Amino acid sequence: MKKILAKAYLWLILLVLYLPIVFIAVFSFTEAKSLGNWTGFSLNLYKNLFTGSMQNSAGLISAVENTLLIALVASLIATLLGTVAAIGIFNLKGRKKQTMQFLNNIPMINPDIITGVSLFLLFVFLHVSQGYLTVILAHITFCTPYVVLNVLPKLSQMNPNIYEAALDLGATPFQALRKVLVPTLRPGMVSGFILSFTMSLDDFAVTFFTRGTIGLDTLSTFIYTDARKGGLTPELKPLMTIIFLVILAVLLFINVRSTKTKTN
Amino acid sequence: MNKRSSWALPYFIFLVLFVVVPLVLIVVYALQDASGHFSFSNITKFFTDKDALSTFALSIEVALENTALCILIGYPVAYILADKSLNRSAVTVVLFILPMWVNALMRTLATAELFTMAGITLGKGTLLFGMCYDYLPFMIYPIYNQLAKMDKSYAEAAEDLGAKPLQVFTKVTLPLSMPGVVSGVMMVFMPTVSTFAISEFLTNNKIKLFGTIIQENINNSMWNYGAALSLVMLVIIGITTFLQGKDSREAAEGGAI
Repeated sequence: MKKILAKAYLWLILLVLYLPIVFIAVFSFTEAKSLGNWTGFSLNLYKNLFTGSMQNSAGLISAVENTLLIALVASLIATLLGTVAAIGIFNLKGRKKQTMQFLNNIPMINPDIITGVSLFLLFVFLHVSQGYLTVILAHITFCTPYVVLNVLPKLSQMNPNIYEAALDLGATPFQALRKVLVPTLRPGMVSGFILSFTMSLDDFAVTFFTRGTIGLDTLSTFIYTDARKGGLTPELKPLMTIIFLVILAVLLFINVRSTKTKTN
Repeated sequence: MNKRSSWALPYFIFLVLFVVVPLVLIVVYALQDASGHFSFSNITKFFTDKDALSTFALSIEVALENTALCILIGYPVAYILADKSLNRSAVTVVLFILPMWVNALMRTLATAELFTMAGITLGKGTLLFGMCYDYLPFMIYPIYNQLAKMDKSYAEAAEDLGAKPLQVFTKVTLPLSMPGVVSGVMMVFMPTVSTFAISEFLTNNKIKLFGTIIQENINNSMWNYGAALSLVMLVIIGITTFLQGKDSREAAEGGAI
């Protein structure tokens, strides 16, 4: 009985959580411009999306490209910077270590809008013209702390003697780094990267304040401007549906695989 | 290994340039008038600006309600997910985080549209619902993390010693899961105060939250007043962080996915 109630509760909440997404997906199969308007089944929105025959098609496509490009570059750099930093922080002691951990926490505690406004003021103050570079720098700023937090536990789990042993057995420091340190840290780096990538993809506020006035749009800012203008580009519905299905497939695949390896 | 400590240096420089200096700039801009002279005028403007003050009060109220709602709905979810006898599949946990991968603005727009279709007028009720909908995963995940890594033998010991299920929960499980709740509150409360797009969409621009005012000022080149409003938020963040001390840091080390 308790189990049935618990399951029912979980599924009820899940239902509510997924309702808007299902809503978008269902209405991606009709032609109507506004979201809740059903005018018969049609694949036209999908066709428009792939052939690019829609209003503002260049804008939407470049927004998707920008989103992916910025997320990829920012999370790659964040992973590199964060991993190196984690190794450094792990080897620091006392007050220096505390200071670094404190500083590393600030971007995570700050709400997006504070990160956005503060970086906006920095770029204004330094007279840096805002665009791709400033958005990527801003994304690195809020992503790196999560990489550090994911890599640090891997370092404390590692047996430091293995690294020393590699050196004793004649490995150069670089070889020891590549063959011992990197494999140990890889799970932390991967989850840090994935977390950075998804946060960058979903970011709105920080991008909004640091993109400047050159007309740089990511998906979030595109949707925001679009919705404020009144009419949401209808092709966003099939796009969101596709994105959701791809992510669902990838995550389920990863999870099924990892539970399999666990049980083996 | 010890010289490896110097590897923290690049990140230290990065943090100073892109985190510390920008925050200092918020203070500097907040304490300047439009011509760049030192002045408290922006601060006093906030405390005499009826609109800004009432928006601020409303934002805090909405954030408190949203946080409470997220705990009420999210805690049982996290509890069930972490209980091996009730839920054995890791996929269910993923299902709760998955909606976050769909663009938040798009989901919010869809939620608002659903309300309109159902004939519900957009207002404070829909705002709260939508906020809770957007932030619920941020509450579930840290609590789940904390509960999942909790040593079950404490609860079992309490049971063996004759505690009723409710007592086990209130005296053992709940206190031990508090760090997760605290970091969940951190991830829901301040972001709710400062959201701007979400509140605009969910109320059809009828209700403004604090984030919207900051954004409007910055976008209309009122940088100094925008910075002053951001400073108000920074002060609150500082106080809440100080109050909860180390709890969140420990809970935050949960890792991803």
